[in-house]
Amino acid sequence: MTSVGTGYDLSNSVFSPDGRNFQVEYASKAVENGSTTVGLKCKDGVVFGVEKIIANKLLVPGKNRKIQTIDRHIGCCYSGLIPDGKHLVNRGREEATNFRNTYGKPIPVSAMSERLSQYVQAYTLYNSVRPFGISTIFGGVLKTENGGDNKPELFMLDPNGSCWGYKGIATGKGRQTAKAELEKLITSETFDFSTLSAKQAVEEVARIIYLAHEDNKDKDFELELSWCSLSETNGFHKYVPEEVYNEAVENAKSAVGLADSDESGEEDMEVDAQ
Amino acid sequence: MNGISTDIQHLKKGEVNLGTSIMAVTFKDGVILGADSRTSTGAYIANRVTDKLTRLQDHIWCCRSGSAADTQAVADIVQYHLNLYKMQFDQDADVKTAASLLKSLTYENKDQLSAGLIVAGFDKQNKKGEVYSIPLGGSLHKQPYAIAGSGSTFIYGYCNKNFKEDMSREETIDFMKHSLSQAIKWDGSSGGVIRMVVLTDNGLERLIFYPEDYENL
Repeated sequence: MTSVGTGYDLSNSVFSPDGRNFQVEYASKAVENGSTTVGLKCKDGVVFGVEKIIANKLLVPGKNRKIQTIDRHIGCCYSGLIPDGKHLVNRGREEATNFRNTYGKPIPVSAMSERLSQYVQAYTLYNSVRPFGISTIFGGVLKTENGGDNKPELFMLDPNGSCWGYKGIATGKGRQTAKAELEKLITSETFDFSTLSAKQAVEEVARIIYLAHEDNKDKDFELELSWCSLSETNGFHKYVPEEVYNEAVENAKSAVGLADSDESGEEDMEVDAQ
Repeated sequence: MNGISTDIQHLKKGEVNLGTSIMAVTFKDGVILGADSRTSTGAYIANRVTDKLTRLQDHIWCCRSGSAADTQAVADIVQYHLNLYKMQFDQDADVKTAASLLKSLTYENKDQLSAGLIVAGFDKQNKKGEVYSIPLGGSLHKQPYAIAGSGSTFIYGYCNKNFKEDMSREETIDFMKHSLSQAIKWDGSSGGVIRMVVLTDNGLERLIFYPEDYENL
């Protein structure tokens, strides 16, 4: 770390002579070791998946949810400092309420992306604050009857405040494996977004999380899956129901070569359907 | 106060008042807004050919009643917000969005305003006309048709009896001409010409009817 000791990394809002902002770069470091998080678009919605490392055997399986809902039609997950994410989601909820009150309809996902990125960017400007230590993946679909366009949208927001729209994206520790896998999926000859169902996307996301976990095998983890689709959840963001979840996990395990009898501790975790 | 007619006591001494007859009616192809054209300062008619039908967007218009100054100011603010909305989100605002903005402004400033408005527009997505009434307190009502202003009190029964859903353009114009004609006849602070704006998928059309056209229907 060449920056250490130069003094240019001690505060926000100070550039180094070569034009970098070290505090923001350090925030990205917090993300790099966070839990693997994946988002994928499908024909009528988006799917989220989070690898939740079991840090403590005393934690209740299926509780301590990481994926959150910003508005009824927008799901959100992040890797990095979890409390930072909780705070950002709260802000997102305020923005959603505010939009509803002024314009009389739910906030489009793209409008939410602009508002959240402005908020995050502001935290790179002032001495009295530190940047957000999270990369946030959020998305959803707004139905035409609610003033939307029935088109799913997916974004990732970084600590520096930049926010891009994606077909599929991953962040956290296993991002490299996961992103390579998403690219392989999306660029394959037979792949077509207009036919990829939400259920298929759930299967893909589960498989990718399991695959990305291979590099971190010694730790137990719990998979969390949620979706927001027109056909499956009527445009609402919800956790996937138990049957879909179990099937996706089973297929993911066999895809990465984990036999069902493999005693890795995942099978006793279960996510109750909402 | 029934909340719909205009509280004239509310005005400052000498304030210009739209003691008014306004209405908006949905029909088969869209929606039609209509209004008289009298603006008065007490007994004096400040303008006999006023245009109380105000554009918010090409496909969203409103009828104004109450204080001329207040309603003009509120309409201007909403117009600004809708223009901003169009720039930000790269799409036209819904009629509901315009109504919601107008409602918030009138509700949050109800102590200082006397503004009774009707927002009407053509919903491009569903190819339908929509009417929202926003009376004095700042509540919001979606209705198949709406009447407001001091003259409207005289035509509640007539409109209720004669309004039908999905009328033709001609039927609707006829219905509105008859309604406003009676409102103007019995309300001292309504008068002048009848103005109308027809909003359909093909855009908008303006109509004007002179006293000799509507007085002896």
